[in-house]
Amino acid sequence: MDHFPTNWGRPRNDAFDAYGTYPIHQRAPVKDTFAEGVQHTQQPIVTGTSVLAIQYKDGIMMAADNLASYGSLARFKDVRRLHAVGTSTVIGASGDMSDFQAIQSILDDLVTDEFTHGDGHDLGPAEVHEYLSRVMYARRSKINPLWNSLLVGGFRDGKRFLGYVDLLGTTYSAPSIATGYGAYIAIPLLRAAVDGKQDQLTEENAKKILHECMRVLFYRDARSLDKYQIATVSAAGVTISDQIQIETAWGFAEGIRGYGAQTQ
Amino acid sequence: MTSIGTGYDLSASTYSPDGRIFQVEYANKAVENSGTAIGLRVKDGVVLAVEKVVHSKLLVPESNRRIQTIDKHVGLASAGYLADGRNLSNRARDEASGFRENYRSPPTLQYIVDRLGLYVQAYTLYSSVRPFGCSTILGAVDKNGPALYVIEPSGVAYGYRGAAVGKGRQLAKTELEKLKFDELSMREAVMEAARIIYLVHDDAKEKDFELEMSWVGTETNGVHLPVPKDLFDEASRKAKAALEDFE
Amino acid sequence: MFRNTYDSDNTVFSPQGRLHQVEYALEAVKQGSAAVGLRSKTHAILLALKRSFGELASYQQKMYRIDDHVGIAIAGLTSDARVLSNFMRQQAMSSRMLFNRPAPVNRLVGAIADKAQVNTQEYGRRPYGVGLLVIGQDKQGPHLYEFSPSGNSYEYYAMSIGARSQSAKTYLEKHYESFADCTLEELIKHGLHALRETLQQDKELTINNTSLGIIGPGGAHEENVTAEGDFRILEGDVIQVYLDTMTPKETAEGAQAPPPAPAGAPQAGTGDEDVQMAE
Repeated sequence: MDHFPTNWGRPRNDAFDAYGTYPIHQRAPVKDTFAEGVQHTQQPIVTGTSVLAIQYKDGIMMAADNLASYGSLARFKDVRRLHAVGTSTVIGASGDMSDFQAIQSILDDLVTDEFTHGDGHDLGPAEVHEYLSRVMYARRSKINPLWNSLLVGGFRDGKRFLGYVDLLGTTYSAPSIATGYGAYIAIPLLRAAVDGKQDQLTEENAKKILHECMRVLFYRDARSLDKYQIATVSAAGVTISDQIQIETAWGFAEGIRGYGAQTQ
Repeated sequence: MTSIGTGYDLSASTYSPDGRIFQVEYANKAVENSGTAIGLRVKDGVVLAVEKVVHSKLLVPESNRRIQTIDKHVGLASAGYLADGRNLSNRARDEASGFRENYRSPPTLQYIVDRLGLYVQAYTLYSSVRPFGCSTILGAVDKNGPALYVIEPSGVAYGYRGAAVGKGRQLAKTELEKLKFDELSMREAVMEAARIIYLVHDDAKEKDFELEMSWVGTETNGVHLPVPKDLFDEASRKAKAALEDFE
Repeated sequence: MFRNTYDSDNTVFSPQGRLHQVEYALEAVKQGSAAVGLRSKTHAILLALKRSFGELASYQQKMYRIDDHVGIAIAGLTSDARVLSNFMRQQAMSSRMLFNRPAPVNRLVGAIADKAQVNTQEYGRRPYGVGLLVIGQDKQGPHLYEFSPSGNSYEYYAMSIGARSQSAKTYLEKHYESFADCTLEELIKHGLHALRETLQQDKELTINNTSLGIIGPGGAHEENVTAEGDFRILEGDVIQVYLDTMTPKETAEGAQAPPPAPAGAPQAGTGDEDVQMAE
């Protein structure tokens, strides 16, 4: 039902079917003159790679490097792909960075709107995850997706939350999740180290596990960077770390054909 | 009231022969009968306070708020028809979030007040609507520092260092004029605000009341929040004590 | 009939700054039979008096479920209430759809209050002619709100609306401090006593003319209540057990004789006539 009486009994389209007498499926579609010039997203442009996240005993932890690539070019090296939403939630994004920035502003507006109600009913990680999944699914249903895989993590009312949502609107929850290349490379490592042990895992060890995975990813993923950040959400709230440098050793490359100096 | 029965006072779109718009003046009457609201702009922030008339003892204390939050850094207190005040605060929220959407930065209070003033003024132009029956105090700390404005039913908006609307505004203004706003801290302003609200409340004539206060500034990291309980209790206690000295 | 020239239009302020059309809408609420709401630390309940318009007619509906965690009781124009409850249901469903979160009760009430305000300011509308008592629960526990056609909403410990609700209010004001620690059964008993105050002299509360709405954990006489204590409406035989707990009127604590019905007000033979016509 339309609850706004000013709309009642009004012609729907003055030029055609002025009094709304036609059944919906026979009405003229709303036609935009420039419709053919409007394009939907076909591919991501400036992209971020994997995001990793795990549960640990006091909350959740998330890691993402600071690179935004333009194709295979390492274009921006100080991009923040972890973003706090309110006081108990953090999101991390891989995929198109401009779409992610749009998502950030949607969520920031939402948080401000919730705050202005001033009634203590703010959004927790589960609510943010549900909302994001609705946004992502609505966009994919318009065949115009926001080209991201997102992780949503948080800690509220003594409960951890960790969830995934992607450009199709697909969602799932698990004790350890990774997007992008990390879903292939890091997930086996994370599952071995975390799943089933999340209640024992200390903050220090959780950090160590993520650091190890980020190192492996930097070795294996050609779109990754050796600088990353970690977000921690616990009863104390959200903290996003400074940039962390990954130490790597490339001595072995010498001996690999096509990598080091060509000897034959 | 000479206007009554002349027929020039039945619509906001009608001038009287001497150039007055009586419907707007009547709207001001609605404000004059309502609980007092005051605002103080001091060196590092803004404090808002209202005298909430308790019309029934069955009301849940602290639940029915009269001070609203418009944006993270903006607060609004209204006097007059509370439902009209809520309509205005919803509009103010739309203006603030619209600004954020366009410019990705928090709006200045000046911007919100300008837009809201236009909105209120539009309701003084037509016979198909009535003016807003409320005066609104807006307070914020933005990039230009602390700011305080009042929007009246006519749509005019002025900036103030200390503002008062509602029933006790005359006495409140007299008290506000004694203050040195450039020297007060936010905490001191909270004390003064509580004192003034207690002072202007007429115990003999009126029903019970509840004090409500909010603030925004350096004490709150630039976020508009209710005054915390310990400070609130201290301010109320001192206000009651000051009232006894006064009498 | 008209009180003055400033009362035929809701876009006109009187010289005193009053809105007469809004005030008359508040009178429309008093034409409906009474509803009472009260809350304890664990429960919020609604009670309402149902009218029947004749031997062959059923009793009216006074309560609506909005969502698992919210219910309302109405007094005034039922058709207006149906529009408002429909809107509240949409808001509640939208909150579950978007956030998988039960809509905060205060926001549901605020949303219809904001709708009602518009009807007091624009030409060609009339204010809603119905008052609502809304009960609900959220993280902070049970709540009771009143919505009125003026566009205001307030949270109360206990409240009554509708015909002769002042008598119920008097009872509630006398006892409300004890409500917080009441069991569900005690709370219902208080509610019935309050509701009884709104009856005409020769009438009684029966299983046919009383509706009971509850939010909170199941009571001693209830079965099949969800663990969350979802909103439920009790009518008919199941409320007999609560009616039996009432203290008979003569000895009832705080019971006063209801105001005498105005002469000639109830017309004979029109069934359960419960309106006290305005003069």
